[in-house]
Amino acid sequence: MNAPVRRVAIAVLALFGLLIANANYVQVFQGDKLRTDPGNTRVLLDEYERERGTIVVGGTILAESKLTNDKLKYLRVYPSKGLYAPATGYYSLIYGSSGIERAENDLLNGSDSRLFTRRLSDLLTGRDPKGGNVVLTLHPRAQKEAYRGLAGRRGAVVALDPRTGAILALASSPSYDPTPLASHDPKTIRAAFNRLNADDDNPMLNRALNQRYPPGSTFKVVISAAALQNGFTPETMVPCPPTYTPPQTTRPLPNFNGEKCGAEQVSLTTALTNSFNTAFAKLAVERLHEPAVRAQAEAFGITDEGFSTPVPASGSQVCSRKNDPPAPGPSGCRIADDPALAQSAIGQRSVAITPLQGAMIAAAVANGGRLMRPYLVKELQAPDLSVLDQTEPEPFDPEAPQALSPEAAKQLTTMMVSVVDQGTGTKAQIPGIRVAGKTGTAQNVPGKQPHAWFIGFAPADNPQVAVAVILENAGTTGSEVTGGKAAAPIAKAVMEAVLGVRDGG
Amino acid sequence: MAAQTSPAAAPPRRRAAELGLLLFAALLVVGADAAVDATLNDRVGTDVLGYGLGFVLIYAVAHVAVRWLAPYADPVILPAVALLNGLGLVLIRRLDLAEAENARQAGRAVSTGDAGVQVVWTCIGLALFVAVLLVVRDHRALNRYAYTLAAAGLAFLALPAVLPGRFSEVNGAKIWIRVAGFSIQPGEFAKLALMVFFASYLVAKRDLLSRATRRVVGIDLPRGRDLGPVLVAWLLSVLVLAGEKDLGTSLLFFGIFVVMLYVATERISWLLIGLSLFMVGAYLAYLSFGHVQERVTVWLHPFEYRDTDGYQIVQSLFGLGTGGLFGTGLGSGRPDNVPFAKTDFIVATVGEELGLFGLVALMVVYALVVSRGFRAALTVRDSFGKLLAAGLAFTLAFQVFIVVGGVTKLIPLTGLTTPFLSYGGSSLVANFALVALLLRISDAARRPAPPKPVPKPALTEAATEVVKR
Repeated sequence: MNAPVRRVAIAVLALFGLLIANANYVQVFQGDKLRTDPGNTRVLLDEYERERGTIVVGGTILAESKLTNDKLKYLRVYPSKGLYAPATGYYSLIYGSSGIERAENDLLNGSDSRLFTRRLSDLLTGRDPKGGNVVLTLHPRAQKEAYRGLAGRRGAVVALDPRTGAILALASSPSYDPTPLASHDPKTIRAAFNRLNADDDNPMLNRALNQRYPPGSTFKVVISAAALQNGFTPETMVPCPPTYTPPQTTRPLPNFNGEKCGAEQVSLTTALTNSFNTAFAKLAVERLHEPAVRAQAEAFGITDEGFSTPVPASGSQVCSRKNDPPAPGPSGCRIADDPALAQSAIGQRSVAITPLQGAMIAAAVANGGRLMRPYLVKELQAPDLSVLDQTEPEPFDPEAPQALSPEAAKQLTTMMVSVVDQGTGTKAQIPGIRVAGKTGTAQNVPGKQPHAWFIGFAPADNPQVAVAVILENAGTTGSEVTGGKAAAPIAKAVMEAVLGVRDGG
Repeated sequence: MAAQTSPAAAPPRRRAAELGLLLFAALLVVGADAAVDATLNDRVGTDVLGYGLGFVLIYAVAHVAVRWLAPYADPVILPAVALLNGLGLVLIRRLDLAEAENARQAGRAVSTGDAGVQVVWTCIGLALFVAVLLVVRDHRALNRYAYTLAAAGLAFLALPAVLPGRFSEVNGAKIWIRVAGFSIQPGEFAKLALMVFFASYLVAKRDLLSRATRRVVGIDLPRGRDLGPVLVAWLLSVLVLAGEKDLGTSLLFFGIFVVMLYVATERISWLLIGLSLFMVGAYLAYLSFGHVQERVTVWLHPFEYRDTDGYQIVQSLFGLGTGGLFGTGLGSGRPDNVPFAKTDFIVATVGEELGLFGLVALMVVYALVVSRGFRAALTVRDSFGKLLAAGLAFTLAFQVFIVVGGVTKLIPLTGLTTPFLSYGGSSLVANFALVALLLRISDAARRPAPPKPVPKPALTEAATEVVKR
C-alpha cells in the first residue's frame, strides 16, 4: 500500500503548491489592482481614520475634520457653505474630491513626504497622526463682497494682488455647499450630488477658473497694449468711422448702439474710454495686424494652456485650435483672416477667457507690465502649525516676465483711469482713490442677453488689487454701458474691501 | 530494554523536541497576541499574559498526555497543531476587538466576543484528544467497531437533513444540530467515524476489489457488483449535497472515499471511476441546483456580483490584495470587512494582516502536519493503520485545499472551516480527535517492534514461501 500512499502524498503536496502559487497571484500580481479597486474601502477607511488637515484663511476655517462616532472616524465640514467652495472644493466618499481638497490632498491627509519625520515620531510616540494645514491667500472680506455681489446671478469674480499674483477673491455663482457631499451617508451624498448635477445653473462648475467667456470690450485693453508696444501713444489719433467694413467682407461692424465717434479721428484714450468698436477693429486689422495682436494676447497668458493655482485653471484662447488655421507659437493657431481679426479685436468670435485670465490682464497692467503667476496657497503647515512651505511669487512666464513694457503699462493705466473717470466704467469709481478699469459687453449665444464684464485695478498709482467680474447675460444688446453698470459695482466693492475703505454711500 | 534494541528498532522518542517546538509555538502565539493588543488597544494588557498562560497550560496537558499515552508519536504534529490553534485564537480575538469597535461606533451593544467560547471548545477538544489516546490504546482495536461507527456516522450525517430547518439550518446550509443554544456540526464527527469504517471495510475487501477485474481498453476495471460501495458513497455525498446544501462536505467525503479506495486497491481505475462519477455528479448538481450554479457563476465573475452574491469573495480578495507581500501587520488591517471572517474566511484575515509570507507559512505548517501523517501511514506496519492514517492526513489536506482554494478564488467557494484555525467548536473538537488518532498510529509506527513471543508462525510462513519458490 505504500506506493499509492506516496503518490497521494505527492498529489497533496502539489495541491498545497497550487494554493501557494494562487496566493502569489492574488496577493502580489493582482495586489495593486485589488488594493486600489474603488470597491475596496480599506484605503479610504485608513484615510478617514486620520484627522485631515484644515483649510484656513486668516483666522477663518474653510474646511475642517470633526471627530464622529461613525465607522469613518472624521467628518469633513465646510462652515461657510458655498462662499469658499470654488477654492476648497469638496471631499467625498463617493465622488472623490476637487479644488484644494484634491490639489493638496497628500498634505491634508498626512501622506506628503514633507510630513515624513513627523509621521515617524507619531509612530514612535503613539500620537494619532494628523494631516497638515493649507493656508490660502484669499481675503475674507473681499471674498464675501464678491460672493454677495454675485448673489442670485450666474457669474464669477476673481481678485488678484497684482504685485504677487496672490488670489484675493475667487467667487463663482451660484455656488454649492460641499458639506453634504462630504457626508458619511451615501444616500445623502448621492442626493446632494444629483440635485447639484440636475441644476441648470450648474453650481459645481468653478466659473472663476474653468469657464471661458468671450471677453468683449475688455479685450480692447489687450489691443491697446499691442498698440502702445508698437509705437502708439495714448494721444495717437486713430480713425473712428461710424461703421467699419473689413477687407474680404461686406458685413459692416458697427459701434454699440450705432453710436458715432464724434470725429473722424479720435485719440487712442478716447477710443478706449468710450469703447469704440470701429476704431479698435480698424486699428487691429490695418495697423497692428494679426501676429502683433496674437503675440500681445499670448504675452498676457492667453495661450490655451491650463495651469495650476494649484487648483487647475483652464487656459484661455485668442483663436480656436479646432476651427482656425494652425500656426506655430503657444496658441497653436492664428486668427483666420481680416474679418475674423476685426471681430477678435473687440473680444468676440473665437476669443474666450476665464475670469481669472481677465484679472490677470488687469494685474499685468497694474504691475508695470509684469505678469505674476496667480496662486491660491499662501503656505503649507505641519499639524503643529509650523510652516513647511511658502509660495514664492514668481512671474507667470519666467522667460518673458513683462507682458508689456513698464512705459506702455503706465500709459495704459492712464487710459484705463479715463474709462472709470469719464467713460463706460464710472460705476467703479471709489471716492478719493484713482481706479483703472475697462467694461465689456460680450455677445454669446444669439438671442440671449450679453455677458457683462469689468476688469480693473486700484489704486491706479500704487495698485494693490486687480479684479475681474463677469455676470452672465446681465447686459443689454447693443449697449456698452449696461455691462459697466452691472459688473462695475461688484468690482468696486471687492476693491474697497481689499483697500480697506468704507463705502460712504 | 536497551539490551534487545537495535538502532533501527528503537527510534528516539523525541519528546524533548516536541516540548521545545511547543514552547516555540507558544512564543509565537503570545507574541502575536501581544501585537494585536498593542495595535488595537494601544497597550499590552494582562489578558495577554492570561491567554498565554492558559495556552501553555492546555498544551502542557496535551504534551504530558502524549508522553504518557503515545511516547513514540511524531514530535512535530502536536506543536504544529498548537501553533495553528493558537494563531486561530489570536485571530478570533482580534476580530472580536474589531467587532466590538464597530458595535461601539454604531451604538450597538458590545458582545463579549467569540474568543472565550473558542477557548472553551479548545479545552473540550483537548479532553477528547486525551480521551481518544486513553481509550484507543491500539488503533487496530477500532476495526472491531467499524460497523457500529459506520451506523453512528451515517445517523449523524443524516440527522440535520431530516431535522426541521429551524434546528439545522444556518446561512442556507442544513448541516447543524442546534439544541439549547449549542450548535454542533455532526458532519465533522461523522467524517471520522466513516473514515474508520472505510479503512476497516476496504482492508477487509481489498483483495476482492483489486483482483477481480476485467481489462477494458488497457485499464483494469472492477466487476460491476464490486462497484456497489463506491456508488453508495457517491449517492451519499449527492444526498448530503442535495439535502443539506453543503457543497464542501460533499466534495470532502467523496474525495476521501475515492482516495482511500485507491490506496487500498492500488488501482488507478478506481481513481478514474471516482473522478468520472464526481464529474457526472458535479454536472448534475450544476444542472439541478440553483445554488450550485450561483456558486460557479460567482466564482468565474466575482466582480460582476460584487454587491450581491460575490460580496464575500470580493471582500476576501480585497483583503488579500491589500495585505500584499508582508501584510498590514496584526491589528492594522480591516479583516472585519470580510463576512464570516472568523469561520470560513479566516484565511483572508491571515493574508491581509500577515501578508503572502504569513499565508505561505501557514500552508507550510499544514503541509508539515499532513506530511507527518503520511509518514506515519508509510511506516506503520498494519494495513488498517496505513489506510486510516493516509485517510486522516488526506482529509486534513483536502479540507485545507477546499477552504483556502475557495477563499483565494482558486476553486468555487464552499462552506468549510479551516482546520484548527476557524471559529467553531465541532470542527475544532473533531480535528483534535483526528490528530489524536494520527498520533496513535504514528506512535505505533515508530514504536520498536514488540519482541516476537512465538517465532513459530513466522517460520511456517517462511517455509511455505520456500516451497512455493
